[in-house]
Amino acid sequence: MKILVPVKRVVDYNVNIRVKADQSGVETANVKMSMNPFDEISIEQAIRLKEAGIATEIIAVSIGVSQCQETIRTALAMGADRGILIETDIAVEPLGVAKLLKAIIDKEEPELILVGKQSIDDDSNQTAQMLAALAGWPQATFVSKLELGDGSLEATREVDGGLETIKVNMPAVVSVDLRLNEPRYASLPNIMKAKRKPLDVMTPDDLNIDVTPRLTTVNICEPVARKGGVIVASVAELIDKLKNEAKVI
Amino acid sequence: MTNLIIAEHDGKNIKPATLNVVNAANAAGGNITIAVIGNDCGDAGKMAAQISGVNKVIIIDSPEYAHGLAENFTPLIVKMAVDYQTIWGAATTMSKNILPRVAALLDVQQISEITKVLAVNKFERPIYAGNAIATIESNEKPNVITVRTTAFDAASADGGSATIEKLDGLGDKGISSFINAAGSSSERPELTSAKVVISGGRGMQSGENFAMLEKIADKLGGAVGASRAAVDAGFVPNDYQVGQTGKVVAPDLYMAVGISGAIQHLAGMKDSKVIVAINKDEDAPIFQIADYGLVADLFDAIPEFDAALDEL
Ligand SMILES: Cc1cc2nc3c(=O)[nH]c(=O)nc-3n(C[C@H](O)[C@H](O)[C@H](O)COP(=O)(O)OP(=O)(O)OC[C@H]3O[C@@H](n4cnc5c(N)ncnc54)[C@H](O)[C@@H]3O)c2cc1C
Ligand SMILES: Nc1ncnc2c1ncn2[C@@H]1O[C@H](COP(=O)(O)O)[C@@H](O)[C@H]1O
Repeated sequence: MKILVPVKRVVDYNVNIRVKADQSGVETANVKMSMNPFDEISIEQAIRLKEAGIATEIIAVSIGVSQCQETIRTALAMGADRGILIETDIAVEPLGVAKLLKAIIDKEEPELILVGKQSIDDDSNQTAQMLAALAGWPQATFVSKLELGDGSLEATREVDGGLETIKVNMPAVVSVDLRLNEPRYASLPNIMKAKRKPLDVMTPDDLNIDVTPRLTTVNICEPVARKGGVIVASVAELIDKLKNEAKVI
Repeated sequence: MTNLIIAEHDGKNIKPATLNVVNAANAAGGNITIAVIGNDCGDAGKMAAQISGVNKVIIIDSPEYAHGLAENFTPLIVKMAVDYQTIWGAATTMSKNILPRVAALLDVQQISEITKVLAVNKFERPIYAGNAIATIESNEKPNVITVRTTAFDAASADGGSATIEKLDGLGDKGISSFINAAGSSSERPELTSAKVVISGGRGMQSGENFAMLEKIADKLGGAVGASRAAVDAGFVPNDYQVGQTGKVVAPDLYMAVGISGAIQHLAGMKDSKVIVAINKDEDAPIFQIADYGLVADLFDAIPEFDAALDEL
């Protein structure tokens, strides 16, 4: 069974985000970039399925600028078998990403797609659901436990009310949540080996997909900052402030 | 017709989140229809018709909608969507699951978790865990939007008198099924709509120790939340998690106990009215956004705080 894993290059989760002075976006020059943390979890899950003898091949796909090759190499170093870069300078929206991934599905015919629940840059939480829709496949989103069966899978989902288990037919799209697994680090020998793994580069045009953004970003601003507070000396002072100053208890 | 809102409900009751969405739709203007989709959801439908400002309620009551399966909900909403300018849902796990699937089939780019309506096609939404705010303009037809409920006041749950219509379901797609749900049932108010939230982090050390926070929450009529680290460690269930990838809360009072204040946590609580931080590390980043910080060992401070509440 082939597994397809999209991996997005994003500003590292530890970076303090700075909005550009001209409000055109956030500063990315000289900023550490990494794989979207949810996508590390997807790759890890795919590798575990391969180690369990269930998956045969893991394909990592990234959409974006040519530096996304680094993100794909990271996936290859963790244990993916080959990579596909769909190269474009456009910041492709989730609908466009889903269309590109659908085109890859048509070529590669995987049975399972493991997608991150959410990009930590645009915080959209859409791509997996959109891809499932375009493919006409069922979806299991926000998954913290996954078991593959014969022609179907069982997934435990993290929902607002707790946990929920569903069963969906395969092929299927799964979006992974943080508690599905703890991703491994790539070892040095594997990082070296990853450099020789195949990586195909193509463009949205090659796939005949129009990725022109649908939404216009008017501007990107800093959020209103909270004004600093005070340090209280004791529990008694805290209680007094909450009761008499803030009037919340 | 203008606005179609997909209701959040449990069959009997409309959830508070939908009231916030009604106000977001009001801000965009035009008439409002609420779709109550479920199994045995007639009561929720009647309740929706009472909401102030709602013109029409459409009830789709059929077994295939019992468990919120996206594969079954999507064709129905896609079919209804042709009549509307904007399709709205709350940014809950239900709508987050379903609406992007709807948007893709309508060939439109969804707008996730808006926090402000600037015009009928212009919105604000947080990106980068709330560290930047994007203003977005859309010419999509229809617009498909999820709403961050804490950013909008709730519409009044009564005073309305919407007409009620019924529609037939479209049947089970037969590609997905519900097996079971494990909820953490609680008498406390819902985390996302509670006036007081007291959250514990890794500093709590164990699930048992959360009982200290529960006692305080009950005295203040509040809910209990947690950081990701506390959930990952198994102290509390996943639905307690507050943050970028958990729940977003904005209560009158948020207390962070033994939580360092990582940006991913702040993303879920920094719009609270009053923030209290209790942490033994005076350099913990949480103190930078707290209105009141107490540098103390929580195992001393929390019992003392609890006792002091009895004196009030
Ligand atoms: C993709 C991604 C998504 C994430 N999403 C979320 C999210 O939604 N929500 C979230 O919360 N996190 C999220 N995180 C994790 C986040 O980065 C932090 O790791 C997490 O919030 C830390 O939790 P914590 O503050 O409880 O633990 P720590 O950072 O370990 O802090 C524990 C604090 O407790 C204090 N302490 C310890 N003992 C005591 C004591 N006896 N008395 C008083 N204070 C004490 C310590 O001084 C310390 O400040 C996410 C991370 C990633 C990568
Ligand atoms: N440009 C991209 N390249 C590869 N994968 C992506 C891209 N954008 C989104 N994805 C995938 O979709 C997931 C959810 O993204 P989003 O819908 O933007 O929140 C990510 O975790 C990735 O798995």
